[in-house]
Amino acid sequence: MALNTEHTTLLVIGGGPGGYIAAIRAGQLGIPTVLVEGAELGGTCLNIGCIPSKALIHASEAFHQASSHAGESPLGIRASTPTIDVRQTVAWKDGIVKRLTGGVGALLKKNGVKVVRGWAQIVDGKTVDVQTGDDTLRLRCEHLLLATGSVPVELPFMPFGGNVVSSTEALAPSSLPEHMVVVGAGYIGLELGIAYRKLGARVTIVEAAGRVLPAYDDELVRPVAASLKRLGIDLHLESSVLGLMEDGRGVLMRNGGGEEVALEADRVLVAVGRRPRTEGFGLDGLLLDMNGRFVRVDNQCRTSMRNVWAIGDVTGEPMLAHRAMAQGEMVAEIVAGKRRHFTPAAIPAVCFTDPEVVVVGTTPQEAAQLGLDVISASFPFSANGRAMTLESTDGFVRVVARKDNHVIVGWQAVGGAVSELSTAFVQSIEMGAQLEDVAGTIHAHPTLGEAVQEAALRALGHALHI
Amino acid sequence: MGMHVIKMPDLGEGIAEVEVVAWRVQPGDAVVEDQILADVMTDKATVEIPSPVHGTVVALGGKVGESLAVGAELIRLEVEGAGNAPDKPAAGAPQPASSVSASSSAAPAADEPADLPHGFVPEPARLAEGAASVAQAAPAAKAPAAAPSRPAAMPQRDRAPARTPARTPAPALRAAGEKPLAAPAVRKRAWDMGIELQYVAGSGPAGRITHADLDAHMAGHRAGYGASHDDRYAELDGEEAVPVIGLRRKIAEKMQLAKRNIPHFTYVEEVDVTELEALRGQLNARYGEERGKITLLPLLMRAVVLAIRKYPEVNARYDDQAGVVTRYQAVHLGIATQTDAGLMVPVVRHAEARDPWASAAEIARLADAARHGKAARDELSGSTITITSLGALGGIVSTPVINHPEVAIVGVNRIVDRPMIRNGGMVARKLMNLSSSFDHRVIDGMVAAEFIQTVRGYLESPATLFVE
Repeated sequence: MALNTEHTTLLVIGGGPGGYIAAIRAGQLGIPTVLVEGAELGGTCLNIGCIPSKALIHASEAFHQASSHAGESPLGIRASTPTIDVRQTVAWKDGIVKRLTGGVGALLKKNGVKVVRGWAQIVDGKTVDVQTGDDTLRLRCEHLLLATGSVPVELPFMPFGGNVVSSTEALAPSSLPEHMVVVGAGYIGLELGIAYRKLGARVTIVEAAGRVLPAYDDELVRPVAASLKRLGIDLHLESSVLGLMEDGRGVLMRNGGGEEVALEADRVLVAVGRRPRTEGFGLDGLLLDMNGRFVRVDNQCRTSMRNVWAIGDVTGEPMLAHRAMAQGEMVAEIVAGKRRHFTPAAIPAVCFTDPEVVVVGTTPQEAAQLGLDVISASFPFSANGRAMTLESTDGFVRVVARKDNHVIVGWQAVGGAVSELSTAFVQSIEMGAQLEDVAGTIHAHPTLGEAVQEAALRALGHALHI
Repeated sequence: MGMHVIKMPDLGEGIAEVEVVAWRVQPGDAVVEDQILADVMTDKATVEIPSPVHGTVVALGGKVGESLAVGAELIRLEVEGAGNAPDKPAAGAPQPASSVSASSSAAPAADEPADLPHGFVPEPARLAEGAASVAQAAPAAKAPAAAPSRPAAMPQRDRAPARTPARTPAPALRAAGEKPLAAPAVRKRAWDMGIELQYVAGSGPAGRITHADLDAHMAGHRAGYGASHDDRYAELDGEEAVPVIGLRRKIAEKMQLAKRNIPHFTYVEEVDVTELEALRGQLNARYGEERGKITLLPLLMRAVVLAIRKYPEVNARYDDQAGVVTRYQAVHLGIATQTDAGLMVPVVRHAEARDPWASAAEIARLADAARHGKAARDELSGSTITITSLGALGGIVSTPVINHPEVAIVGVNRIVDRPMIRNGGMVARKLMNLSSSFDHRVIDGMVAAEFIQTVRGYLESPATLFVE
């Protein structure tokens, strides 16, 4: 066993969206950078998260659409009953993932970043060992960036394995289950539950809270709940899973009434959240200040140790790829000597459920808690022409603005394809737009985006189409 | 019902105490506004104190003949409404007469400070105006003699705060705790410029901070807020790189060589050149026409030549590599000369063999040659000792740099008329300092001093320059 030592300026642990963006930007800025990744580049996002789930959701929707035309289609389409080859679906998804992760590798290479394949082991704040085959590579750096991400939370009484799967396995099924129980009605559980349902499986969702997407307000969630019902997904609210049944062919659940109920299932997806990846690579040896389970960072992503930085899921909520990317870009620029801070006006959050949900900035409820005097107004997609032509009239766009100066502080939307509206939402907030700015901007007709302008107009008291 | 207290007004003239000469009312009397309550007297005048309000006399502040401090309670009235004082009589300590001003308010409902015009600070210097306001409240009464023309001052002061801001209204800063509103590009630029957006006023809608606001903020930091653009105080950022080449580089190298290698010992002595100047005047008057006028320099050169005879060690060149000091019989005198290109040192060869007129002619020829770039190499080298003079710019003292590898340089400072003591009396004399530096490695301080004293001797007794 040999020990080779290499020196670099910036050492990034983790090749997910935070880590690879930091490395690319550092490379652009001429900072000698090494990125250590034990699995595939792209992290959870590209390999077992955002991208594959969207691929699966798209495939399930296409199949669902095709199936809907098999009977009496209002569109006049007549199709014979479609079938799906899930192995092929997964292979198609894998192709996309491979293209993207390969692209990340190419970008890193283009920007002069050295990628070391292997699992990092922190020795001290400036030294990391990487096991590469039989050899250990010792990397010494001036700046250490922790971008280790997060992992699915496991239920202690129902560990992953066998029929009990996490989102990772659920995104690469070798077969479709007959009946899948989804534990947790957060966005991951709902996205995958709906996708599996659309692929033809029977789906039951068990949620401890009183409604699905408990992080969001009732108004936003209602169209999603209606959709679940329409899709035929069984929903057990205020219920908790107690564990696998003894024969392993299902789970025991205590429902809202306190009764223990057996749910037969041939697959159980546990989607009860994610936790930061802080163990197994010597992080505890640095004795960094923590923020609960997360690494504590300031608004420049500095940890409590000088020149040790942390970004992304390992630093806390919201655990979103785009937050990690923005932080990674920032840290690279700070290391390059620029003055930067992570102070976004808003971080958009999107649920790719059916219908989709977008939350940007402050909701009316949060404004009330903050004591902020706001006006808010929504515009329903039922009054939007484009939504009708898309058979997607559920949902609305809602704007929240300060009462005193009409500065927009939040946007929320629920409806088909509203994820793309997040761009307009977050941009208006970052630019400090007032209701009048959005109301006075010509929005293309016929688009779903007209609902954005109409919501602003409605908040000003003169919506035109309602 | 409330209490209204009238305090002894400041009647001016720097008086601290006022004597009560008569009470016109007694406790229990009802008084009406403008009714005279008391006569008080200063050294110069008797003044009537009117009541600013309707009311009933509750208490008098003193007996007739008693002196009351300015600001002390003069009389206490019970009035309709809240009055201007607590019910209990206040301690007799003097208080600012601003409360007298308060008494002028028609509805004395508020506390004393609230009655003050905005921006009006009660302080002793303004007490007279307090008295004036008493007169104001009693327009029918005779105004107190001490403040006949003051009433107008009060309303003016009242208006003053509204008039002060003559500058452009700055965009409002946000309330405490409010986040500054700015687009991402503006935020990034602010970071790059090292500006905390928190302190930048936003001129955009809803206080949005624009790029222009950043510019204004930076400009404000340079010029101070509200300062108008003023070219005289414009910040200049230009710079010019001047290559050190040619003669300048030679000078630089020479100076560095001298200062690096030679431990300079500088010695300053004052020389009375009254007689030398008188002689020079006579020489120029007598021979100026035919021989040309001479400056002090040729005479100094002669003095140096003569002193060198006694101290040959200063007329030398020190080869520190070889460890040899070479003394010269010839005095090749370098004359530091400013040219457009820089400092040059043309050499008057064999100064010991020239009379003052010959020296003067040679100096003139060499200086002209140097200034026109025509001096030959041997005219610019080979000196054994150097004289440097800035003429009228000579200053009081200088620290001449030795012309390496020489060992001495004599610097001439300017001539000034000074009062001097001669024979126990003060006389006007012409004084000139000689600031000279020596290479202390080979010239000790004692020798240097003796050399300069010898030069001084020649200059102060100019006949010795010629009579040997």
